[in-house]
Amino acid sequence: MSHHGRRLFSGAPISGSGQGPVGQEIVEVEGPTGGGDLSPGKEVTVKGEITDPTFGEKYNPGMPLDLKWIESVRANKSGLEMRAAQLGGRRTVKKDYQAAWLLRAISCIDLTTLSGDDTEGNVRRLCAKAANPVRQDILSALNVPSSFGLTTGAVCVYPARVKDAVSALSGTGIPVASVATGFPSGQIKLEHKLAEIEQCVEDGAREIDIVLSRDKCLRGDWEGVYEEVKLFKQACGPSVSMKTILATGELGTYSTVTRASLVCMMAGADFIKTSTGKESVNATLPVSLAMMRAIRDYYDASGKEYRVGYKPAGGISTAKDSLLYLALVKDELGDTWLNKEMFRFGASSLLGDCERQLHHNAFGEYAADYYMPSA
Amino acid sequence: MLSLRSVSSSLSFPLRLLPRRSLSTPPITTLFSRMSYGPAPEDDTAARQWLQSHEGTFGAFIDGQWIKEGPTVPNTSPSTGETLSKTHQSPRSLLDLAISSSSKAFETWSTLSPHARSRHLYSIARNLQKHSRLLSVIESLDNGKPIREVRDSDVPLAVRHFYYHAGWAQILNEEMRDYKPLGVISQIIPWNFPLLMLAWKIAPALATGNCVILKPAPSTRLSAFLFADILKESGLPDGVVNIVSGDNDIAGKMVEDGRVDKVAFTGSTEVGKMLQRKVAGRNVKLSLELGGKSPVIVYDSADLDGAVEGLVNGIFYNQGQVCCAGSRLLVQENIYDKFIEKVKRRMATLRVGGSLEKNIDMAAVIDEAQRSRIEEFVEIGRGEGADVYQPTECPEEGCYYPPTLITNVHSTSRLVQEEIFGPVLVAQSFRTPNEAIKLANNSRYGLSAGVWTEQLGLALETALSVKAGVLWVNGHNNFDAAAGFGGYKESGFGREGGKEGLYEYMKLKWKPRGQKAVTDEIVARSDSWGKGSAAPLPSAPVGGGGESGDLLPAVDRTPKMYIGGAQKRPDGNYVLPVMSSDGKTLLGQVGAGNRKDVRDAVQAANKAAPGWGKRAAYNRSQILFYIAENLSVRRKEFAQRLDDMTGCGAEEASKEVEESISRLFTYASYADKYGGSVQETAFYGVTTSVNEPVGVIGMVCDSHDRPLLSFISMIAPAIVRGNAVVVAPSEKFPLVAMDLYQVLDTSDLPGGVLNIVTGESSVIAKTLAEHQHVDGVWYFGDVEGCYNVQKRAANNMKRTFVCSEERDWMSKEEGEGEEFLREASEVKNIWMPMGESMSGAGAAY
Repeated sequence: MSHHGRRLFSGAPISGSGQGPVGQEIVEVEGPTGGGDLSPGKEVTVKGEITDPTFGEKYNPGMPLDLKWIESVRANKSGLEMRAAQLGGRRTVKKDYQAAWLLRAISCIDLTTLSGDDTEGNVRRLCAKAANPVRQDILSALNVPSSFGLTTGAVCVYPARVKDAVSALSGTGIPVASVATGFPSGQIKLEHKLAEIEQCVEDGAREIDIVLSRDKCLRGDWEGVYEEVKLFKQACGPSVSMKTILATGELGTYSTVTRASLVCMMAGADFIKTSTGKESVNATLPVSLAMMRAIRDYYDASGKEYRVGYKPAGGISTAKDSLLYLALVKDELGDTWLNKEMFRFGASSLLGDCERQLHHNAFGEYAADYYMPSA
Repeated sequence: MLSLRSVSSSLSFPLRLLPRRSLSTPPITTLFSRMSYGPAPEDDTAARQWLQSHEGTFGAFIDGQWIKEGPTVPNTSPSTGETLSKTHQSPRSLLDLAISSSSKAFETWSTLSPHARSRHLYSIARNLQKHSRLLSVIESLDNGKPIREVRDSDVPLAVRHFYYHAGWAQILNEEMRDYKPLGVISQIIPWNFPLLMLAWKIAPALATGNCVILKPAPSTRLSAFLFADILKESGLPDGVVNIVSGDNDIAGKMVEDGRVDKVAFTGSTEVGKMLQRKVAGRNVKLSLELGGKSPVIVYDSADLDGAVEGLVNGIFYNQGQVCCAGSRLLVQENIYDKFIEKVKRRMATLRVGGSLEKNIDMAAVIDEAQRSRIEEFVEIGRGEGADVYQPTECPEEGCYYPPTLITNVHSTSRLVQEEIFGPVLVAQSFRTPNEAIKLANNSRYGLSAGVWTEQLGLALETALSVKAGVLWVNGHNNFDAAAGFGGYKESGFGREGGKEGLYEYMKLKWKPRGQKAVTDEIVARSDSWGKGSAAPLPSAPVGGGGESGDLLPAVDRTPKMYIGGAQKRPDGNYVLPVMSSDGKTLLGQVGAGNRKDVRDAVQAANKAAPGWGKRAAYNRSQILFYIAENLSVRRKEFAQRLDDMTGCGAEEASKEVEESISRLFTYASYADKYGGSVQETAFYGVTTSVNEPVGVIGMVCDSHDRPLLSFISMIAPAIVRGNAVVVAPSEKFPLVAMDLYQVLDTSDLPGGVLNIVTGESSVIAKTLAEHQHVDGVWYFGDVEGCYNVQKRAANNMKRTFVCSEERDWMSKEEGEGEEFLREASEVKNIWMPMGESMSGAGAAY
């Protein structure tokens, strides 16, 4: 794989390979950070060690803006919504499989707090939860040893709270993600956006969630979007993963969402993300489908080299929903996307529901939320 | 496990028993690495209990009673091969009992108030809904289809059909004012959608006041038996629905029985043709939902990923065992490779598993015979050098066939021409929209089609150009009770669902009930029917000699055939005499049309039909008014001719001409008032029914005493609705129709739209009925003619409209109206989803 091919993220040993649904190489990685093993029966050793998820290189180098492609985008609403509507009937996981999938979901959560009243105190509490996302007795009952090292994928905060989070997570290996570029509206000047990114990186954020300029998207100024996102990427630097928030709820149509997704990837986004959580409509399955298809098309167009991650955010609050998203990722993108390097949930309350569901998996009883340590 | 837990949390959490974990399941940490889907089976306990409540044995359900007589056969689960129960095959005596029961029940059921019938249908709908999960599991076990499909599609649609028709029952007297129920209906349904087909058949039949005898397919009967239990619970009067459980022999008897008023069948085209022949001439109404080889057209302007999903729903739904399966993929050449790549990639993620599994896309095919049939087809493809793509593994036990894509295959292959009835998609490419349409129509079938494009104009043009009963734009396999379903060409005739479906179970009030006797003699001489008799020899001069007091002979005006807008000498160069009503005077002669004249006329009609059908309704209406105008100018001459021929007297003749002009006005009026409607389906988008022309209709007029009016009454509705017509005028009184072609010539009717062939009715009727390029045939004459026409029409499944009663053409009730418009039309339902904006998080998914 070339240097700018998919991040095999640092420290993850490759223990085997196979052929995934999209024909890509399947990489087996150990522990919660790992990818999938497609061949049933093949045992994977789980060391459970937390490997450093810092991205050591620039993963998606982007490509020149292809306006012809952007213009030719067709995303049919009824087709997308039909597929999304049927997914729950076609895919479900039960019992131990469900427990495993929920653990996977948790490992992919960007545990988030993005509120005006965030303080160092509640950020520290959140970080503690990120490092200990599931009650130990539940994990034990599920035969998941503490050495498994389950954590959430990252903690996501406002720029002003990055230092608090970095300090709180010190030694856990959990990266801090910061929103930036005038989140959530993006209605600030470019130089301020760039300065904000630089400050976040300097404060220790290893992932930056930028917001798109919706005005440019809605006016079809794709060159403008492209140039701006490229500058953001530059500002992030080579060792920071950049997620681009499309704010899909404000883009109006699936076609615009698909176009925005492609432009972001061409400009070098490492992840494309649906929402800030502040729009009236946030992540949905059909919009996720449209974005995943864009990721797949981009991957194809790169000669099956550049894999861009996906992050649905906002509105995903139930364990059941999270399983549907994972199934959609698995079926549309393949198992290589089914890990925290390639997939994240932007969520705050999802973890609690997953934990309660795991409690049910472990003990056969439904739990009240106050039995779970809060974030 | 217990100890681990208690060590870590004994202080804060009380000790509990842990739920059982399967010993065979790998550790959760391993599953975490694999991220595979595990088993997720539906619980079948309740279904087993229901089977047990019948002691695992079923029979016939007659008059509200279970009758377990006759030899038993097993009901097996295709998914596992397990025997679920057994069924007594009804002997013939039970069928007799069932028909008697239905006949008796009809006396009261048909006279119930609309509201009472509506209440009964509503009750059935409610009770079906209450038992929906049990129905789903039973159906899935018995048929082998995925539980998801039954639960999310078959059962809700079946319920919907009963609700929808409960509505029709309530308002029937207002909405179907001129109609009455038929009587006793034999319904034969297939194994691919046992419960849904039952609902499609029973709901409209009951709503319109009929009683039914239903025969489920031998391999899938259980849901019908459960339905019978639900009927008891619903309080339906005994005998309104009887269920027999026989094989093909019983099916044959259900069709042949003299007490049956209608046969409704869903199944293969082969059997459909057999049924069309069996009921020929007997005044038994017939509706057939048959096979298909439905195209899915993918234009380069489509959302390709969306189209791929359309195929998943189109060809891999119900293991491809769907009559309207999108089995022929037509992809624009410039995106062909890219699209096929996407299809393949998606196919690789499809999962095949046991029918009760909840995380699969496909389950078992119906039985080993069907599986081998599918395999044989695929082997043919391999033998022809086609590329076969089958990425999916199937369970080792049970009856499965993987999703299959066949490329490098051409129109000449049987795989492209024939219905495989399995999860096998054949792909071809096209260059232009016209070529796509041409390839789509290059089939003996015409059930459905899918069109994928984001260009509205292209979508609509394609939808209207493909000859099929159901057209899905950017979708596939959308169904709803409010839209008719049914095919063109050899996919059958009649519609199920929508208002159009009600007509299949009703008849005009003036029409008598009861079968016509097709005698053994009629059957025996069928082969020689329509061969024609010897040509007559020269006889006395026309008009009995020269004009009065003149020694010169009259100027001969023997009419020729009127074909393609021109007068054509009869191919055989023989003439037939036309005598006056008293039989004494030779009024004239007409050409004795033979097979070749009919052939030429059909050719001309086919040439004219596409253009005529596409003309603006306004234009067709203007031409009909113009014909009326020109006829009006010559009304005296026509009246005189009528009087000369029929001896009806000047006053009656004049009335007939006036009524003919009025009738032309009627249909000119309907040119732009019978186009179709918007169907109120449960679909986000527009479902519209379009009344399209049938195509080329062959017609034979009766030889009763209204030769002009009957002729006009038949041709006018057909041509005004866009059909091209080949018509044989009254055999006895043909001259008036031949006089008419001068009127047509002056009325701007394009050549070929109306072709007139004179001669012996049976000769023309036979040729028309047998001609594969004729889409419908109307025959008004005797029972023998009706029999022979309907029997012969089965070769390409022409729609037939026959009448052996003498109609009172002068009456509006019998002589004009909706009946004729309907017979002149083919209902196409077009499903057009709408929307571009994104749905919110609360959308229905």
